[in-house]
Amino acid sequence: MLKLLNAIGEYFLLLGKVAQRPQKRKVFSKILMREINDLGVNSFGLVLFTSIFVGAVAAIQMYNNFRSSSIPIPMSFVGYATKAVLILEFSPTIISVVLAGKVGSYITSSIGTMRVTEQIDALDIMGVNSANLLILPKILASLVFNPLLIAISIVFGIWGGYLAGIGTGSWSAADYITGIQMYMPSHFIWYAFFKTAVFAFLIATIPAYFGYNVKGGSLEVGRASTQAVVWTIVAVIITNLVLTQMFLS
Amino acid sequence: MIEVQNLRKSFDNTEVLKGISTTFETGKVNLVIGQSGSGKTVFLKSLLNVYEPSEGHILFDGRDIVGMGRKEKEQLRSEIGTVFQGSALFDSMTVQDNIMFPLDMFTNLTFTEKKKRVREVMGRVHLENAEKKFPSEISGGMQKRVAIARAIVNNPKYLFCDEPNSGLDPYTSNVIDDLISEITKEYNTTTIINSHDMNSVMTIGEKIVYLRHGIKEWEGTKDIIITSDNNHLIDFVYSSELFKELRKYLIKINKTSIENIITKVEDETD
Repeated sequence: MLKLLNAIGEYFLLLGKVAQRPQKRKVFSKILMREINDLGVNSFGLVLFTSIFVGAVAAIQMYNNFRSSSIPIPMSFVGYATKAVLILEFSPTIISVVLAGKVGSYITSSIGTMRVTEQIDALDIMGVNSANLLILPKILASLVFNPLLIAISIVFGIWGGYLAGIGTGSWSAADYITGIQMYMPSHFIWYAFFKTAVFAFLIATIPAYFGYNVKGGSLEVGRASTQAVVWTIVAVIITNLVLTQMFLS
Repeated sequence: MIEVQNLRKSFDNTEVLKGISTTFETGKVNLVIGQSGSGKTVFLKSLLNVYEPSEGHILFDGRDIVGMGRKEKEQLRSEIGTVFQGSALFDSMTVQDNIMFPLDMFTNLTFTEKKKRVREVMGRVHLENAEKKFPSEISGGMQKRVAIARAIVNNPKYLFCDEPNSGLDPYTSNVIDDLISEITKEYNTTTIINSHDMNSVMTIGEKIVYLRHGIKEWEGTKDIIITSDNNHLIDFVYSSELFKELRKYLIKINKTSIENIITKVEDETD
């Protein structure tokens, strides 16, 4: 328990070092562009693939539940329910968990390797705020690009549900489109993006903490990557519960 | 000049540096030697303030890095060039970007000016035609030269090298030693090298500090090391039988300084 509290303290101290004005804006912008590419653009394919299949599975599950219901439910509700679960849970949470695995391990291993090969020491000795230079661009890249990935995920998830209907012939395209056009409170969308931004912050900072504080060699970097992914997923899931209770109950 | 006053460093309850005091002069190559575990790396990292000393003072031309504010420390560190044991080049950057990095961070030069300066230092360390290569695409010796080029690109006042010859063949080691020695004179830097390479000690070490179990056991020049009566130092420096025999012979014929040895060899060659 004491170890956990110590780690949480160190995490916030690191965030204090990160949250400072960049020393050289030009260098910082260059790194930020690279991070947007590495963390965001390179995750596009995985998000697309996952979203289409998650959307299709969600739609099939909805259809099966509605069909077995004792009360007759119109097939257009398959579209509505798929849209609702994608916006409220599947896209922000599931995609964030997927990104915690992909992006989280990349962040820990890249920063961790820099630590064990003394590249971070080299930056510190030069007088560069290494935490700021290495971690802040990752946070900003995630905060900017993850909401975009989630928006894409929602669109392609809904499209996945549509394709599942066409493929199985269980519900008509017209019913599905009617369903997704049904009214939904706009705060659901804001909630989804707010949640995504919070998760993006966790996905960038927790693995960065593990990478920045790694000690030893390549084996320890591997261990730190695994730990970082586990703790990021735990943090995302707990935060999801807290945010849902705060904003939707 | 760097003055070290009663430097102590402990990790948990283990004292690694036990009150070291010494002075490193400007324009000279200063060597810190000692066996593995003697505290050399901790000493160097404490001087650089990577490790906060438990006690003592480190004065860089009168400026004490211990207890210095963040801004002052950043300023002082921009005057320091460092060559790490593993080179510590940035993997994601080309050789040119690696060398240019300190200029990007600490100067307002234009790209053309920076490129010109990078070309100058690359020429200085004999690294032409490697600008576009990544660190993983060049040899260990070339990586060391890139690290030296990056360390001197900003005209540092202080140059720190942590075992610059480790992992290099004897020929490349000599090239790196000569390069560091020449750069020290050209740039008038206060150079401190951590080493256990005896060739470096005997050729470029103008001042030598010998550490043992975290204590400064001996300090002096390469010319008096041969006549030292410190048995630990002698056992360390002349560890091989060949070196021990050579030392006995040189003392016997009263040729104890490096200059004398070279003169003797030249005399015999003539």
